[in-house]
Amino acid sequence: MNEFFTLMKSELVVTAIIFLLLFIKIGKGMKNESLLSLVQVLLLLNFIAGFFFNKTGNLFGDMFYTTPLIAFQKNILSLAVYLISLLCSDWLKKTGHLPEFFMLMLSALLGMFLMISSSNLLIFYLSLELATIPVAAMANFDLEKKRSSEGAMKMILSSAFSSGILLFGISLLYGATGTISFPEITAQLDGSSVQILAFIFIVTAFAFKLSIVPFHLWTADVYEGSPMAVTSFLSVVSKGSVAFIFITVLYKMFQPMQDMWYTLLVILAIATMVTGNLFALRQQNIKRFLAFSSIAQVGFILVGISSNDYMGITAVVYFVLIYVFSNLAAFGVATVIAERTGKENIDDYKGLYKTNPFLSWILALALFSLAGVPPTAGFFGKLFLLTAGGAKAAYWFILVAALNMIISLYYYLRVVRAMFMDKNDNPVEPIKVSPVVKLALIICGAGIIMIGLLSWIFEYIKTLH
Amino acid sequence: MNLLLLIGAPLLTAVAVLFSRNKQQVKWISLLGSIIQIILAFALLFAFRQERAENNSAQMLFEQNHKLFDSLNINFHFGVDGISVAMILLTSLVVVAGVLVSWNIEKMTKEFYFLLLLLGLGAYGFFISLDLFILFFFLEISVIPKYLLIGIWGSGKKEYSANKLALMLMGGSALILVGMLGLYFTAGHSFDILALSKIDIPVYIQNLLFPLLFVGFGVFTALFPLHTWVPDGHSSAPTAGSMFLAGISMKLGGYGCLRIATYLLPEGAKEYADIIIILSAIAILYGAFATMMQKDLKYINAYSSVSHVGFSLLGIGMLTQTAITGALMQMVSHGLMTALFFAVIGMVYDRTHTRMVGEMGGLMKVMPFISTVFFIVGLCSLGLPGFSGFVAEMTVFMGSWENADAFHRIATIAAAMSIVVTAVYILRATGQTMMGPIKNESHLQLKDAAWNEKLAAIILVAGILAIGIAPGWLNDLLRPAAEEIMNRIDGK
Repeated sequence: MNEFFTLMKSELVVTAIIFLLLFIKIGKGMKNESLLSLVQVLLLLNFIAGFFFNKTGNLFGDMFYTTPLIAFQKNILSLAVYLISLLCSDWLKKTGHLPEFFMLMLSALLGMFLMISSSNLLIFYLSLELATIPVAAMANFDLEKKRSSEGAMKMILSSAFSSGILLFGISLLYGATGTISFPEITAQLDGSSVQILAFIFIVTAFAFKLSIVPFHLWTADVYEGSPMAVTSFLSVVSKGSVAFIFITVLYKMFQPMQDMWYTLLVILAIATMVTGNLFALRQQNIKRFLAFSSIAQVGFILVGISSNDYMGITAVVYFVLIYVFSNLAAFGVATVIAERTGKENIDDYKGLYKTNPFLSWILALALFSLAGVPPTAGFFGKLFLLTAGGAKAAYWFILVAALNMIISLYYYLRVVRAMFMDKNDNPVEPIKVSPVVKLALIICGAGIIMIGLLSWIFEYIKTLH
Repeated sequence: MNLLLLIGAPLLTAVAVLFSRNKQQVKWISLLGSIIQIILAFALLFAFRQERAENNSAQMLFEQNHKLFDSLNINFHFGVDGISVAMILLTSLVVVAGVLVSWNIEKMTKEFYFLLLLLGLGAYGFFISLDLFILFFFLEISVIPKYLLIGIWGSGKKEYSANKLALMLMGGSALILVGMLGLYFTAGHSFDILALSKIDIPVYIQNLLFPLLFVGFGVFTALFPLHTWVPDGHSSAPTAGSMFLAGISMKLGGYGCLRIATYLLPEGAKEYADIIIILSAIAILYGAFATMMQKDLKYINAYSSVSHVGFSLLGIGMLTQTAITGALMQMVSHGLMTALFFAVIGMVYDRTHTRMVGEMGGLMKVMPFISTVFFIVGLCSLGLPGFSGFVAEMTVFMGSWENADAFHRIATIAAAMSIVVTAVYILRATGQTMMGPIKNESHLQLKDAAWNEKLAAIILVAGILAIGIAPGWLNDLLRPAAEEIMNRIDGK
């Protein structure tokens, strides 16, 4: 019993918060502002609690397992959710259904926690659904906006489709191996054609979730339509959690097929980076722009995953940690500006530096980090991903990835140029950023600068393995 | 001497600038910081000579090794040899001159100085790094400041130039990155330059990695035909930006070509030496002839930079000890000279508001100081004895002549002929702008250099003369280090 509480503590804490919100909702209710502060404090506690009592162990007959590394991955997600709750507090205060929003968001987070910890196809599928369906409801949260409903609809359809494909793959795999437990499946894999088919279906489902090309088409529309809070949740928390479980599935379950998935990953990584980058070049809307840039970032994550050793895992976890700060900072600034002025186009950012130097510097830092330019942390993150991917001495593969960094620099610089260099007769007026949002942006900015230079963070992730 | 001071001083200055209250504070803090940097650089020079005089013959002095990413074997490994010391001296001189000539920047002063100091920081870090990863980090650190300096404070088609420069340099970095990772995996997970210089890397890997690294660093130092960012970047940048770009940043590339590509991959260098020689000979001649056609002073200096930097690459391609020493001297000399040239052009432009040669004339009468400096730098550029340009180019030619076959001799002669062309464009530009009658009546009211501009010019002229009149000290610094590199190339 004691083991149950220590091993599942992250899940239990999140569940407790969900129930608390539920009681508040059906009880007297609270003012939005005080409720938001309460939730923020609880999420912070959740994040801090994640550092303690992290053990390795199994539960429920090997269906659920956790290690310190997995606990750390969950903690990255908790941190991201906490930062989102701070960054989007202006929007959240105004929304009519605050408890519901957080209940949905935390249910999705709970699903992700369970998904990362799953060691069994059944619980994996269930938790994946738990992580997806609430997000679709959240995408629809701007009730008066048509775009929002459209995005939610696209999200539901594409996730239903990918779930179908995943289920099909799972059933084939079960048919071929006679088991749904990850370790037992590994022992049964011999590369027969049914297993390969199952493998392809499962990877396809992952490709949908991670928006790997050619299964990325839903991404930009959903990102554009959803409220900013949901978009940042989708692009950071959702992506990160699926990347984590993707590593586990490939490295643990499909380890016998590693030659096959290495080739597949190389192809997918190149396609994803190139497509994401080329589409990002011409985007006008900042959300669509960040959507395609996040597709390109996933391509880089795939480069790291292709290494198939502990270096790959470390590099990906480290990169996701940096990505949380960089992407949330970018989305945070976009949220503030969209919330106050309703402007979402890159052209509207022209001359932003004159009126809003703080926001401009944070956004510039975030974009440089996403582009991988030092001294920001993104430089280290990207370089370690490439180092991991280069372990198999495929220099041309690294070269393609490195050339993609140039393309990405071009479009990130476009925004920087708009903010710092272009003239605008009608710039965004000076915005007074509320203290909470400012705090979150400063945390993100500090993270972007410090995580790379504080090398012990990387070493710490390494020791967790 | 603790080398971390060289990174700490500019970093502290930059942070102090960030927290300063008004423009006056920003300027004085920057000036103070850059003077401290000069003092540190000279202290390093004397400490280095002292150690060498005491027969400390270690390849790198003042070594420090701090663990950074231990599991990846990435360390803060610092150390200097003669080449690094010379480059650090050059950097510190250009930094202080750059700070001085930007004294009247009104637009976003704080940001300007912050970025300028960051650029200097990257150069110091680069020159003292003995770990490829850290070296690459410092090389890349300067991309953002360069981009913003040109894009915000530049003139003309600044956004285009800034983009072009950032993307081309990033392209160079991408090649360096691949080459660097190739070395890392070949050497069994080590980025350490000294460790890498001790192992035998298979020849086919050297032939694969050398072009990546050399071309990658070559982009930074205007290797033909990847020099196209130079004219645009230099002409659009603000004065201090051009000085830093041409005086320091282009030297990062040359240093990398020599220290990383040639030194670590000697077999690759031998394999591709002929191509390097052909490309640099083309760059020298093409740059010189292209300069003849220019009417804008900044373009004149930018294209002549392509030509002059070609001499360093030519020296590296010749693979003899004298030629490599000459190449290094040329880097230092060109760094001082071109920084001074851009500074003077900036001073002229600030007063006349034109950079077109045809619109000026007789400036000697109204601003004798600026005109004299203009003459000095022009004479240095065309290689007159007594100035640094002569010493450096002469050493390159002598080293090149040591290769006795027809190919090397023809390349040397072709490169040497460019000096005639240089003389033509330098004398023409100087004559038209400084001598003759005053073309524009309003120029009669112009004032001569202010104290800050005089100081900047004097510092750089002193550097040029110190090399030109007594090149011995620089030779003593560079030659042993070049010998070390040659030993590796000759397989000793």
